[in-house]
Amino acid sequence: MNGNRRMTNKKPLLEIKNLSASVAGKEIIKNLSLTIFEGQTHVIMGPNGAGKSTLSHVLTGKPGYEVTSGSITFKGKNLLDLSIDERANEGLFLIMQYPVEIPGVSFMTFLKYALNAKRKYLGLDELSAPEFIKLVQTQAQKLAIDKEMLGRAVNVGFSGGEKKRMETLQMALLKPALSILDEADSGLDIDALKVVSKGINDLDDGKRALLIITHHQDLLEYIKPDFVHVFAGGRIIKTGDKNLALELEAKGYTDFIKEAQC
Amino acid sequence: MAQKPEIEDLSGDKYKYGFTTDIEVESVPKGLNEDIIRLISKKKNEPDWLLEKRLKAYRHWLKILEPTWAKLTYEKINYQDLFYYAAPKQKVKPQSLDEVDPELLKTYDKLGIDLKEQEVLSGVVAVDAVFDSVSVATTYRAKLKEQGIIFCSISEAVQNHPDLVQKYLGSVVPYTDNFFACLNSAVFTDGSFVYIPKGVKCPMELSTYFRINAQNTGQFERTLIVADEQSYVSYLEGCTAPQRDENQLHAAIVEIVILKDAEVKYSTVQNWYPGDKDGKGGVYNFVTKRAACRGDNAKVSWTQVETGSAVTWKYPSCILQGDNSSGEFYSVAITNNFQQADTGTKMIHIGKNTTSRIISKGISAGHSNQTYRGLVKVAKSAQNARNFSECDSLLIGQTCGSHTVPYIENENRTAVLEHEATTSKISEEQLFYCNQRGLTEEQATGLIVNGFCKEVMQKLPMEFAIEASKLINISLEGSVG
Repeated sequence: MNGNRRMTNKKPLLEIKNLSASVAGKEIIKNLSLTIFEGQTHVIMGPNGAGKSTLSHVLTGKPGYEVTSGSITFKGKNLLDLSIDERANEGLFLIMQYPVEIPGVSFMTFLKYALNAKRKYLGLDELSAPEFIKLVQTQAQKLAIDKEMLGRAVNVGFSGGEKKRMETLQMALLKPALSILDEADSGLDIDALKVVSKGINDLDDGKRALLIITHHQDLLEYIKPDFVHVFAGGRIIKTGDKNLALELEAKGYTDFIKEAQC
Repeated sequence: MAQKPEIEDLSGDKYKYGFTTDIEVESVPKGLNEDIIRLISKKKNEPDWLLEKRLKAYRHWLKILEPTWAKLTYEKINYQDLFYYAAPKQKVKPQSLDEVDPELLKTYDKLGIDLKEQEVLSGVVAVDAVFDSVSVATTYRAKLKEQGIIFCSISEAVQNHPDLVQKYLGSVVPYTDNFFACLNSAVFTDGSFVYIPKGVKCPMELSTYFRINAQNTGQFERTLIVADEQSYVSYLEGCTAPQRDENQLHAAIVEIVILKDAEVKYSTVQNWYPGDKDGKGGVYNFVTKRAACRGDNAKVSWTQVETGSAVTWKYPSCILQGDNSSGEFYSVAITNNFQQADTGTKMIHIGKNTTSRIISKGISAGHSNQTYRGLVKVAKSAQNARNFSECDSLLIGQTCGSHTVPYIENENRTAVLEHEATTSKISEEQLFYCNQRGLTEEQATGLIVNGFCKEVMQKLPMEFAIEASKLINISLEGSVG
């Protein structure tokens, strides 16, 4: 995975300032601030049920989440002004914990819609059928995805690992500026992480940023984050490098949080 | 929070084909009586036997009432306030497309059917274009003629092939069948006629584009398809109508006769004007479609994609008379805004080892209401009859309705009948997933619905499937909120 990178003379990709957000009237995120630059890998860790996923939902614009105060700027634009699809087409990609099934729609068709939606947004022509097929097959091969899988309906009858593989394929094709890997609730799937990290590395041009949301510490064996943030009580209570994750592992969340809040 | 597009902006008057062509229309006076029927028959230079058939039907029609059992509500139709005949004015029948009124050809252009181009393009689709009530141009006839295939307007068939017409017209749908079929039998103006001779496989898809044009003209199309022994034909019917405020009545009949070892595939894409977003205007569509598998091993397949009309009343049926004959019904019906559809099929098993298959996909959105009404009937004589029925409904939003009314009448203990039904909604998770991959809500809905209908769409001929898929997207515009 990406090593440490400088953040000098680069504009922030994502800037979250004093964000508060609630679900059904209950405040889940409280005054959270976070800045991500191009090419950086950030990890947000926190105990189960702390509402870490809320952050990924607020960022992507999922219905049901209300931003009560603060601002989010993405690529210099006010993210909160954009619809879900506009955010996606600007380059925000969520690798879902549980990708949903869409019966009757083949992955090939779905990928074509997604890719063309983005191209249209960027003012580019749609890809021709041969160009599209070649592009998908090349990427699929890199991720060891069978041709047969591309013909199947979106996520229908796929195993957890297969679903992650297909999520990664979509990411590789759409080349998002910021990918969010939300593993907040599900146990961290090491195989999935390997696939995703390979996907990220394959499209890495030093600009792609990654935000990982998890409560496990084991991931450090596979990726080298630039920053580790500890999330508790609706905000980031401590930021550090990978050593912070090791510290967390040694102390456990409860003690760590207690200490940090003293 | 993300801002959703204004739904009102999306749901406006989207009907793409809403224009009228300025062609002088030759009509008989408004209203319906025996004189009008005589006049229609005379204008069409019909033989006496046909006039008699018409009058018989009319006299019967006067004695029967409009059916009320369907789950449909619409304003009472004033049958005396309609024109029963309108034909584009033309002194001489055109011999080629060059002689056809250029205004008319322009209309076809707007609809995407360039006849000139069609003629040049190497025989994929033959189009018998029905403009209002009279066929004005028929292509490919010569090519089909080489094989003995007859594909022409029913009026021409009456003149040139009276024996065939007299033998089969009304033999599948008698004038006594129902109120609307009876009306059609009295006043039908034109439609298509197809005859496939013994042993001939029709080398191309036969296609008719219907178009309702003249104001207040009831449309009474009449289609008759006869597939002789061991023959095969695939027939396509596609429809668009210009936008109007008045409701337009359409009461067509399609009759199909299938003899021993023959097969007919009949595909329809129907997108007549559904009315505006407030439920104003739109076509009333009361259609009787029926196929009779008269010989052993005869096969028929109905495939329909219905997105148009304000009111739809339609039950394409199969009479499985020959032993081992089979009937299929594949249907996608989409209703949005204030559209109403009461539609389904009837499978009548009479012969031994007859099989039928029903796949119905209903999508309701907006304030629309949709009913699947189907009958599977197994007669005493139908040893080992088999039926499989699947009726799936998809709801979009909170204000639409979906109903399933399957009737089963079984008189034979050897029959095996299966029925499956599901009702589902497009989930927020599905929409979010698609949105997150850059698709708008409209695109996402279209994609999910197309997936839901896939089993049926696959049954359509390729070029039709593409058009139908686009239609589904157009029909659902403004349905997501």
